[in-house]
Amino acid sequence: MSIDRRDFFKLAAKTAAVAAGAKAGVAHARDTKQMPEEALGLLFDGTLCIGCRACMPACKEANGMPAELTPLEANGQVSAVWDAPLDISGHTLNVIKAYRDGTGLNKDQVTDGFAFTKQSCFHCVDPSCVSACPVSAMTKDPVNGIVSYSVDACIGCRYCVAACPFGVPRFTYDTPKPVISKCQLCKHRLEKGEFAACATVCPTGATLFGKVKDLKKEIDRRRALEPGTTTRFPRGRIGGNDFYEGKVGKYVRRVYGEREIGGTQVLHLSGVPFELLDKPELPDVAPAAVSETIQHGLYYGLIAPATFLGILVAAARRNMIAAGKDPDAKPPPEVKP
Amino acid sequence: MSAHAESAPAPVGGKLVTRSTVILGAMVLLMGWVLVLRMIYGLGAVTNLNNGYPWGLWIAWDVTIGTALAGGGFSTALLVYVLNRGQYHPLIRPALLAALLGYLQAGLSVFVDLGRWWDFWHIFWPTYAQPNSVLFEVALCIMAYIVILMIELLPAVLERLHWQNARRRLERVLFVFVAIGVLLPTMHQSSLGTLLVVFGPQVHPLYQSNILPLLFLTSTIGMGYAAVTIESAISSVGLRRPFEKEILAKLLGIGRWLMGAFLFVRFIDLIYRRAVGEAFTLSTPMVTFWIENLLFSVPLWLLASKKNAQRAKYLFLSAMAMALGGIVYRLSAFLVAYQTGGSWSYFPSLGELIVTAGLISFEVLGIIVAVRLLPILPAPAAERT
Amino acid sequence: MSAIEFWLKTSRVAKSLERSDELGAAERRFGIPRRDFLQFAATLVASMGLPSSALGAVVNAMTQSKRPSVIWLQFQECTGCTESLLRAEHPTLEKLILELVSLDYHETLMAAAGHQVEEARKAAMEANRGKYILVVEGAIPVKENGIYCKVGGQTAVDMVKEVAAGAAAVISIGSCASWGGMPATAPNPTGASSAGSVLGKPVVTIPGCPPSPYNFLSTVVHFLTFGALPEVDAKGRPKFAYGRLIHENCERRAHFDAGRFALQFGDEGHRQGWCLYKLGCKGPETYANCPQLLFNDCGVGAWPVGTGHPCIGCTEEGVGFTKPIHALADLKTVTPPVQFARPAEPQGVGATAVTAGTAAVLGGLAIGAGLKLADKLGKKDDEAASKEPPEKKP
Repeated sequence: MSIDRRDFFKLAAKTAAVAAGAKAGVAHARDTKQMPEEALGLLFDGTLCIGCRACMPACKEANGMPAELTPLEANGQVSAVWDAPLDISGHTLNVIKAYRDGTGLNKDQVTDGFAFTKQSCFHCVDPSCVSACPVSAMTKDPVNGIVSYSVDACIGCRYCVAACPFGVPRFTYDTPKPVISKCQLCKHRLEKGEFAACATVCPTGATLFGKVKDLKKEIDRRRALEPGTTTRFPRGRIGGNDFYEGKVGKYVRRVYGEREIGGTQVLHLSGVPFELLDKPELPDVAPAAVSETIQHGLYYGLIAPATFLGILVAAARRNMIAAGKDPDAKPPPEVKP
Repeated sequence: MSAHAESAPAPVGGKLVTRSTVILGAMVLLMGWVLVLRMIYGLGAVTNLNNGYPWGLWIAWDVTIGTALAGGGFSTALLVYVLNRGQYHPLIRPALLAALLGYLQAGLSVFVDLGRWWDFWHIFWPTYAQPNSVLFEVALCIMAYIVILMIELLPAVLERLHWQNARRRLERVLFVFVAIGVLLPTMHQSSLGTLLVVFGPQVHPLYQSNILPLLFLTSTIGMGYAAVTIESAISSVGLRRPFEKEILAKLLGIGRWLMGAFLFVRFIDLIYRRAVGEAFTLSTPMVTFWIENLLFSVPLWLLASKKNAQRAKYLFLSAMAMALGGIVYRLSAFLVAYQTGGSWSYFPSLGELIVTAGLISFEVLGIIVAVRLLPILPAPAAERT
Repeated sequence: MSAIEFWLKTSRVAKSLERSDELGAAERRFGIPRRDFLQFAATLVASMGLPSSALGAVVNAMTQSKRPSVIWLQFQECTGCTESLLRAEHPTLEKLILELVSLDYHETLMAAAGHQVEEARKAAMEANRGKYILVVEGAIPVKENGIYCKVGGQTAVDMVKEVAAGAAAVISIGSCASWGGMPATAPNPTGASSAGSVLGKPVVTIPGCPPSPYNFLSTVVHFLTFGALPEVDAKGRPKFAYGRLIHENCERRAHFDAGRFALQFGDEGHRQGWCLYKLGCKGPETYANCPQLLFNDCGVGAWPVGTGHPCIGCTEEGVGFTKPIHALADLKTVTPPVQFARPAEPQGVGATAVTAGTAAVLGGLAIGAGLKLADKLGKKDDEAASKEPPEKKP
């Protein structure tokens, strides 16, 4: 089948040319983005959290979300008659969850212990959702870095839901006029001089609001202290006047969100390993950067497609027109050797 | 060369309302009812889609597989019009028809799957469009390709209407559209693979790769040739048309090489990414990985000998294996290898299965009606009974 | 009608007791209607967590037993604990107390004073050696040989040791006697200490500032009825009274769980009766039964939190009079209730028999049709091959 082999190699050569163009494109790969200078965020310190869940109704009220009467049969409980979401959802932007083991009597202990963790948007530095959304419904503020959602632009394709490695954006499947829901760091309260509702109401300062650079300093301060030392913990907003004295907990080494997929503006400290809190293991490189590098590599300035198209047009023209024949006439039968 | 005489395409004619078309029509109506429910009550009412699996059967099957099986349109056009292999000519119109209906089916599926479908035009509107998104490029490309396919099939319609002048004028410039019609699928078929890249570590290492566009494109071309073979077989047995055995043998010969290249590249990439261990660690993605590799390899050994490569049954079985391999690959990449946090379950609901079956029925019904009314298939040779 | 009254109306034990001779005897002895007496006994039984069948034994003990001698010593205290016992709705409660036990020595309640009283005490101790109950109210200073509290020339330290030597049981009433209380607040210049630490042996403690009178009374009646003191915890506190945190029984707990906190006295939340945790309520780290028993028998809300002031942890050593009133409490049991979602909850609908079956059927049909088609093709192919003449090669 020598002819077909030749045909194949022609095709392969053309494909290789495109691929080579792609490789050249990789040279100007899209690097993972950097955190804005004035980025705002949250610090969640799991050792301070007492599981009071004040942040959950505060968030619901601040964002006008309805109660979620999740039946808790999974836990062997009766049907709930109050707001008891199992997870963030189209109607719940923030949830406190509890890890339990054995007797569950010792706080921040892995065996026979329990620990609390918060689930809400991480406001990534290089968000996958922003890269994925085809209609700019997900955008990142260039100054404070808050990742926002615009329902006006959204087409409900749910690419953002699939793309987010933390599983944050949630779609409302239960309505014919669905929307995507996720924490937007109460940006609507910022203009009024207020700040994130969860941080505002937290009685122990487990959720702390502020500029990420200040929050990072606070993280370093806490990690430098011996566990058990008494120190002042800020409550609400960092740099404010609300403090109380308490004992420093024993932290695991990792600060979650420091490097995950290029870093996030919501950072977590914990007394138990993050895998137990269902926080995923993630690489330092942002998948958005990888995806855009490939796309730009292949399509940069549409150079490769245009070149390819040029070749195709020339070949098609030659085969269909230049011979001067009616393109639909049957070609002469080929003679096989 | 085949003993069958080359003949110009002609409408098959015959009754439109047969047992097959009635069954297909009923399936389409059933789908219609499910879609009405979807429109009134929302996606949750008819699908099992959830926030752990936001993309389900409709995206994985109707869009990625449906368009890949419709890839015969562009892969045959590539051979006929670009590489000047006129010998494949009789296949071009059926391939384009299958392509158009396949892509229309995919487009309809996307429309139905979009939560806020009334704003679908945002993708094409400059103030909303976000060019960094792979989905943006896929959507644009598919929309454009559907238009191109319609133009490429227009000559058949004009022929039927006997508008010869119009037809001739069109055919003078058809080469431009043909060229675009080969370019566009290379773009969006590969990008359907690139869609997975942004999912990052949520896709199992056996499937996540930077060369996903290449793997998807290669398998699409193979699936396209497989689809053309299958369509030819159906029309041969069902509509008593010639089974273009020699031509298809050559097509599948190319397909064999593509499958070999696919497997080779896939394993090299696996080694390069140091993920070979995963291929031998028991997991569901591991099982699908080997199933699809096995299916892709079928043409390599089934059509190895010259004699077997000429047997219609083996050609058809190889085509089936290639198509199945591509189907398993895409279903696995989007639904099995995609593992997000929490502990989510998903399996298509009855509603989703009905809509998918309905869309396939719509496509097949469309092909049947079109080949009966329009000059798509070559007319039967005089000698045949 | 209170829960106790309802129980008395419906319980068979109570009904049979009502008609018994014992209540008649009680009526005569204590001079109060049998109804009231029964209610008092029932309250004690309920607060101790005893089964209703114990009511008979308790009534019997109270009516039949010889009144035990009680020596009540008071040291560094404010007499609040005594006042608490006297402060009751029931008009004849003080009568009951004084009739239930033979209070042979109580500085505040005795009419007499001076050395005569001390002699009376010694006589009672001699007559009832080994059988009297010693109740200590107030802390005992130990610095400089205990000179900071002397009664009749004798230091408190010496006095308590002397009286405890012949006592059948020692009960410390109030936080001061239980662990030092307010007098022991840093820097504790007098070395105020608990009765237990001075005596060097475990004693029953009824902490509180003041404790609910029923906690003390129930302990005494338990002793009378069963001849033994009720089960106590590691600190000597009766478990029926001090076994649970205030936080576990607080009527404002729902507000805590929902995150509704009063931030300032008089603000919106405070007026709505919201949780006082952020104002420093020590309920989460204080063991006591105040939310259940309340105080002064005057109805719902008659306890600090109920009136809108955060609990100060008066029963708890290390909390009461130690931590600032508005300092945030440590939560002793943060063990999550079962309603907390786990980090990963199973969600979504997997394959069911119907959907998996349908998919399998559809797939099977397609593949089956394909294989049939392959066969037919093969047959056609073979037929065509057998009909065709062999190809002539050029």
